[in-house]
Amino acid sequence: MNLTLLLLVPLSTALGIILLRDVKHIRLMAAIGSICQLGLAIKLLLAYQTARLLGDTSQMLFQFKYAWYPSLGIQWHFGVDGISIAMILLTAIVVVAGILFSWKMSFQGKEFFLLLVLLSMGAYGFFISLDLFSLFFFLELAVIPKYLLIAIWGSGKKEYSATKLALMLMGGSALVLVGFLGMYEYAGKTFDMLQLAQAHLPLEVQKLLFPFVFMGFGVFTAIFPFHTWAPDGHSSAPTAASMFLAGISMKLGGYGALRMAVYLMPEAAQYYSPLIIILASIAILYGAFATMMQKDLKYINAYSSVSHCGFVILGIGMLTRTSVTGAVLQMFSHGLMTALFFAAIGMLYERSHTRQIGELGGLMKTMPFISCVMFIAGLCSLGLPGFSGFVAEMTVFMGSWENADTFHRVATIIACASIVVTAVYILRALGASLLGPIKNEHFNHLADATWNEKIASALLIVSIMALGFAPFWLNNLITPDATLIIHALGK
Amino acid sequence: MMPDTILIALIPIIPFLCFLLLGLTGKKLGAFSGLLGTASMAVSAGFAALTAYQYFFHVGKIDGVFQKMVVFNYHWLQFTPEISINMGMLLDPISVMMLVVVTFVSLMVHIYSLGYMKGEERFSVFYSFLSLFTFSMLGLVLSANLFQTYIFWELVGVSSFLLIGFYYTKPSAVSASKKAFIVTRFADLGFLIGILILGFNAKTLDFGLLIERLIHVESPYLQTAIASSFMGVSALTWGLLLIFVGGAGKSAMFPLHVWLPDAMEGPTPVSALIHAATMVVAGVFLVARLFPIFILSCPVALDVVAYVGIFSSLFAAIIACTQTDIKRVLAYSTMSQIGYMMFALGVSGYEGEAGLGYMGSMFHLFTHAMFKALLFLGAGSVIHYIHSNEMKDMGGLRKAMPITHITFLIACLAIAGIPPFAGFFSKEEILAAAFHKNPVIFYVGLITAAMTAFYMFRLYFSIFWNKPTPSAGHDHHHHGEGPFTMMLPLFILALCSISVGFIPFGQFVTADGQFLANEFHPMFSIAPVSLALGGIFLAMLFYKNANELPAKLAVSMSVLYASAYRKFYIDEVYLFVTKRLIFNLLGRPAAWFDRTIVDGLMNLIGGLTSGFAEMIRGLQSGKVQSYAIWFFAGVLGFAVLFIYLW
Repeated sequence: MNLTLLLLVPLSTALGIILLRDVKHIRLMAAIGSICQLGLAIKLLLAYQTARLLGDTSQMLFQFKYAWYPSLGIQWHFGVDGISIAMILLTAIVVVAGILFSWKMSFQGKEFFLLLVLLSMGAYGFFISLDLFSLFFFLELAVIPKYLLIAIWGSGKKEYSATKLALMLMGGSALVLVGFLGMYEYAGKTFDMLQLAQAHLPLEVQKLLFPFVFMGFGVFTAIFPFHTWAPDGHSSAPTAASMFLAGISMKLGGYGALRMAVYLMPEAAQYYSPLIIILASIAILYGAFATMMQKDLKYINAYSSVSHCGFVILGIGMLTRTSVTGAVLQMFSHGLMTALFFAAIGMLYERSHTRQIGELGGLMKTMPFISCVMFIAGLCSLGLPGFSGFVAEMTVFMGSWENADTFHRVATIIACASIVVTAVYILRALGASLLGPIKNEHFNHLADATWNEKIASALLIVSIMALGFAPFWLNNLITPDATLIIHALGK
Repeated sequence: MMPDTILIALIPIIPFLCFLLLGLTGKKLGAFSGLLGTASMAVSAGFAALTAYQYFFHVGKIDGVFQKMVVFNYHWLQFTPEISINMGMLLDPISVMMLVVVTFVSLMVHIYSLGYMKGEERFSVFYSFLSLFTFSMLGLVLSANLFQTYIFWELVGVSSFLLIGFYYTKPSAVSASKKAFIVTRFADLGFLIGILILGFNAKTLDFGLLIERLIHVESPYLQTAIASSFMGVSALTWGLLLIFVGGAGKSAMFPLHVWLPDAMEGPTPVSALIHAATMVVAGVFLVARLFPIFILSCPVALDVVAYVGIFSSLFAAIIACTQTDIKRVLAYSTMSQIGYMMFALGVSGYEGEAGLGYMGSMFHLFTHAMFKALLFLGAGSVIHYIHSNEMKDMGGLRKAMPITHITFLIACLAIAGIPPFAGFFSKEEILAAAFHKNPVIFYVGLITAAMTAFYMFRLYFSIFWNKPTPSAGHDHHHHGEGPFTMMLPLFILALCSISVGFIPFGQFVTADGQFLANEFHPMFSIAPVSLALGGIFLAMLFYKNANELPAKLAVSMSVLYASAYRKFYIDEVYLFVTKRLIFNLLGRPAAWFDRTIVDGLMNLIGGLTSGFAEMIRGLQSGKVQSYAIWFFAGVLGFAVLFIYLW
């Protein structure tokens, strides 16, 4: 299968959007493009599995190489493995849902949908790139539209939030770039990931570069203490941007940290692993406790994302096959469920014009569908079996427990303890905003979800449950590649 | 020969499909959804009964021992190379017994709710939640591995949450449901860590293998589990105790019982099903499931089970004597009876005669499900009539509600342990087991039995006697009984409460799967029965006719009475810990620290950068004059430097 298609579809969608005038046509174009892309992602998944079944054992499949700037060793080099396919699938699902949720966007609709499509293109490019230079290029492509999306279509103190988010993410990518250039230099002038993996950088170099790459990507996945862009950014962003931010951007970070930091610098990963675990444990529990005190639904979800992405970092830091698999599962699961949660919050906010849980209340009565969606997102977030969050968390816990010493055990128990705190804040948020008596007279006249919102919610819920009920398909997809990463550690 | 897989699989699958159907299309089905739910539950219950018949009489017993049979196994998830999760269905005496109990009580509650919940706005939602609960509970009892148990354990928890909070516009119901979920979640944390410890020591989570590997002294798995220790306690003990914490949370054992009384906010049929007959005994079931490991490898943990059980039993009985909300009295009595089941396991041995406690515990679980469901459904019809839960609003109802009255009396006699009602037989076994093992537990158990009789008849007399029969002035004229759908379950359950005690339980459910004779010693029964009769007599004296005695007694024992009435202030302790300590000492500082220090630092960096830019921005103003000034100033400066340095 030709991976370039994954870039061509968003690109032609973007061109189409530029050419069209009427917002109705534009959104249709965006929807069709994103649905084609979802189809393509599913086709890719099937093609990949078929190839594996037929005995293709090469690390990256469907490779495509084109020397872009030969004198500097820069090239387009695409290829996918199970982990990147999982991420591509996640992106495709979130993009379709995000576009459907923005169906009513009328203000500057053309630019809005254009930016969404460009953002998604950046993500696709990032996940298929095997060349660090092009990967960086796509990473930036995924950041810049976010600034505009928040600054133009946002709410609240949107300029501040947009600037903060853009600057912090840019800072993160600057760190990443330093790390990349260092690797390029020491590995003999190549940006090619597969060659870098074989290059075996000296330990001293790895120790020097690892923090740059890991923390740089860590900023994207809201690693403590560089997570503060998330609450502000999410709270100001329009619904679709929040969904993309949590569902896609934060995953760029996790994927990058795993692939570019841990896989390419395995010895340093082992060296820094205790530090990573400490940061992750802090993020998990501290994020959860901080969430408990939030009053704005979006802040609640943003802080809980910090806590949940802590599981991704923890899984990566624990460096066992199962924990790394769990980290990828958690990325997938978190992407879907946070997107769903933000979507539900967006639907509520659009109608009730408030996100303060103190002002909401009793919405289950007037908006049963939206409330159910939010309940499902919440239950998934608190790790209820049957939904994806449970499977991912359990895999991380199991993988973490494999490390038998006291330090790792304590970190695992701390992570496990968060399931209680999560239950506290999720139920508090759901209870206060959806249940109880109706707080405000005008809530009685609010309408429930429209058809586009119903379809988008159903898409996300079905995906969440598909993973929750039958985790083996994704697990089997990821595990071989997680094994490969762990093997690089010499374990 | 194996039992019929499809038949067994359908038992949980039918309620699940029903849940999906009612959940997605419930609104259109309207009142029909109740009939649909009930019908499917009836099918499921029929299949369960058939399975029980097949298992107990045809396929289960091989060479005189009931076997554990995994009738279905599906490789669901591979965690580590060694630990994989197989979704399966395990048949053994306790799971088959639980299948029957769960489907039967659930069917009764389904039928009852047709009348009780009639006209409810979210009628179909109620039935879909009931189906979800039944599915989860059936999945729980059929689980073939510990992880699967945990999965359904959580699902049971959430369906309980949904049903407690069914009247979601009532703030008290919402907070009760939250409390139930969070307290049990806290206990589940223990369960989860226990699973990790046991699973990684035994390198498996399948019950069969797990037990096999952890009960033989020569097994290397057991040896490492005993050898590795943390804080002086072996990994095995930690694992089992933590799993027991999980069980104690669901089964409302002290000090994790606080959610159960509040859970009575749910509709009464729900209390009957979930918070009396089925879900709350999940903890007992879990300990019974792992019983071989407890008894053969880690008797210390079993002692903990026994003491927690007996303490909870007495503690709840004391509180039950003072409560005035009839559902809360029943809730505490449930807690007390589960304590009975727990300590029965705790004093039990494994093989042959020694396994009396285990058998008694399971027997009591079985009989208790019948008469406690009956008590709750009876209380439900009283509440349906009076529209209040408070004893003071009741009294003299025996004429108005004759059927409820008689069935309630039967249930009270059963729980009090009066022969020949069901509770008598199972309690006898438990007390006999305790008598042989641990006299302290035996005597406390005896006192609890007397108190049980007292508070149950306090309840009975306060509802049905005490005041004169309400005159015709009451708004429901003729008589207060509900519709036929509500009476039928009362009738059936009353029959069960009379008869199930005669089942020779030792032939079916024992710790080691072998036959155990239910021996009956009339001499031994004298003490408990006469104590129970004494309790009943006392209650009659106090509550049959309205008099001053209860008030006087309350005054004379004011400290004890007040603290028992306030449930020994456990709720206040919890509130203090959660609200004051956790929110104020962890939540608030974390949130503050994040916004002020961490984020402040980020803003500071941003501020410094832009401030610095602001500072040097003036340098490139584009004004020739200012450039000229800087130029000449520079020249001057250098000139001064030259002059003074040279």
